[in-house]
Amino acid sequence: MARIRLDHIRHAYTPELAKANNYALREVDTAFEDGGAYALLGPSGCGKTTLLNIISGLLTPSEGHVRFDDKDVTMLSPEARNIAQVFQFPVIYDTMTVRENLAFPLKNRKVPAAEIKTRVADMLRRIGLEAKADRKARGLTADEKQKISLGRGLVRSDVNAILFDEPLTVIDPHMKWQLRSELKQLHREFQMTMVYVTHDQTEALTFADKVVVMYAGEVVQIGTPEELFERPQHTFVGYFIGSPGMNVLPCKLEGDDAIVSGNRVTIPTGHSGYHSSQKIELGIRPEFVSLVPRGQGIPIQVEKVEDIGSEKIVRARMGEHRLSAIVAEDKEIPAEADAAFAADRLNLYADSWLVERG
Amino acid sequence: MEKTWNNKAWLFVLPVLVLVAFSAVIPLMTVVNYSVQDSFGNNQFFWYGADWFREVLTSERFHDSLIRNLIFSGTILAIEVPLGILVALAMPKKGIWVPVCLVLMALPLLIPWNVVGTIWQVFARTDIGLLGYTVDALGINYNYVQNPIDAWVTVIVMDVWHWTSLVVLLCYAGLVSIPDAYYQAAKIDGASRWAVFRYIQLPKMGRVLLIAVLLRFMDSFMIYTEPFVVTGGGPGNSTTFLSIDLVKLAIGQFNLGEAAAMSIIYFLIILVLSWIFYTVMTNVGTDKPVKGEGE
Repeated sequence: MARIRLDHIRHAYTPELAKANNYALREVDTAFEDGGAYALLGPSGCGKTTLLNIISGLLTPSEGHVRFDDKDVTMLSPEARNIAQVFQFPVIYDTMTVRENLAFPLKNRKVPAAEIKTRVADMLRRIGLEAKADRKARGLTADEKQKISLGRGLVRSDVNAILFDEPLTVIDPHMKWQLRSELKQLHREFQMTMVYVTHDQTEALTFADKVVVMYAGEVVQIGTPEELFERPQHTFVGYFIGSPGMNVLPCKLEGDDAIVSGNRVTIPTGHSGYHSSQKIELGIRPEFVSLVPRGQGIPIQVEKVEDIGSEKIVRARMGEHRLSAIVAEDKEIPAEADAAFAADRLNLYADSWLVERG
Repeated sequence: MEKTWNNKAWLFVLPVLVLVAFSAVIPLMTVVNYSVQDSFGNNQFFWYGADWFREVLTSERFHDSLIRNLIFSGTILAIEVPLGILVALAMPKKGIWVPVCLVLMALPLLIPWNVVGTIWQVFARTDIGLLGYTVDALGINYNYVQNPIDAWVTVIVMDVWHWTSLVVLLCYAGLVSIPDAYYQAAKIDGASRWAVFRYIQLPKMGRVLLIAVLLRFMDSFMIYTEPFVVTGGGPGNSTTFLSIDLVKLAIGQFNLGEAAAMSIIYFLIILVLSWIFYTVMTNVGTDKPVKGEGE
């Protein structure tokens, strides 16, 4: 088990791409604490799998260093780093039984036979595959296979970290929840550093203590699910986390007020550290937008109401901008309404980055 | 559930039935017809029962060609399959050399069989052939026209040259279809090169390997053109395989009844052996049914 330190990592897949300044990972400088459960969240192509492969050692970064505790492992092979990885598609050894699959990494490391036996038996019990221990692994279902790949990692009790690369992609929806909670359970038991790559926000938010949101080759925010929801550091985080995402409204500032499509909005005071030449935007979660009678807020035109059962999502137009609001299921949507914002939930963005309050 | 009966369906399968009838069933039945009759010319045929079959099965000549053919097929399988796997493993998986290798590998397969025979017949001659001359010059007494062992070596090397590519291409197709994640997982699990081959590459190649073995077995068991062009079945009868023997019997001696009986036996041997290969290879590594486990 180890603390993973990513020291100014940059990666381009070929030297030509690096020369053209076309980096798959622009710059990542962060650390994953020992025993933490982290999720790397971002859209396809944001560099999250690249980063994971750099941690596991399947890729060597173009620049920067990877450290496990104080040891520089940048040039070490995956085997020498002593990590485990679970891939998108279950990787199992077809011709072996479940038991042999679990014993394989131990056998390769010349662990004594008696110890292999007890450890494998223990792991079979933990992943709930005791009944199928002597079956050929190839006949199992996708979620069972994925448990085997996970077990192959966990069976080596001394692994530094266990890495997941979108492990639930091929799992049936009703099994996803179960597998994810079993994963959390295993994390609590083993207290290992776990890094979990996904593009599904629900997966990331339920699995991880800390979510690392990536966008275009960079880490844009590391935070607890709550922090990501309430104080998105970047408009992308606001848009990516939450359903529907945060409303981002271009505006102009006049004193302590913001002018959004001709309407004055009072914002919390104390913003500093931005420049008026920057692109200024106002961010507000749909959860904190309410509908009020005409004349009491900013005029909007309601375009569509989506009833998702537990609540209603109102899609509206405010001047030239789109606005979403979430209202209670039992509330009537008036034909003519204004929108009101919960003032303390307003976030101000300059060039897409959050402006901190004094 | 009630099944819908529609006799129109017969109309749709009719073209295939006619085609198969003309291409396979009718010729085969003609052979069956010959195999139970004897003829003394003038288109007069007499009922002969199963006597031709008895004669073929007890004939020493048939036994000898059969054994020669089994040894030949066994030898070329033992060489071509491991060699094909090795070459496929050594081939590049990406880059500009892939198409180059693939074309080079496919070349021998594109040459007509009798041309392959002619190439090797000349290539192996000690007076003007590069191979024969070189071997002779090295002080090895080599003459495929007179020495049965030399003739065998020549025919086998020729077949390996001609057909290993097929095994290579099939294995290569199996290899490139393995996702990278398998190799990455093996690396993380600390697997040795041998373990990667044994537990990832070989199982993933299993399907195509089965096809390769079946094709090479059937083809080699029916081999005719190449050894016929190179050695003509000689020296003596030393490279007379079943098909060469069959042609000698049918065309050379015009013994249609016995040749027909031999054809049928020949056909059945290939069918049975192919079926055994298929059954054995598809059952290797599958789950044996466990009692009391219903799935």
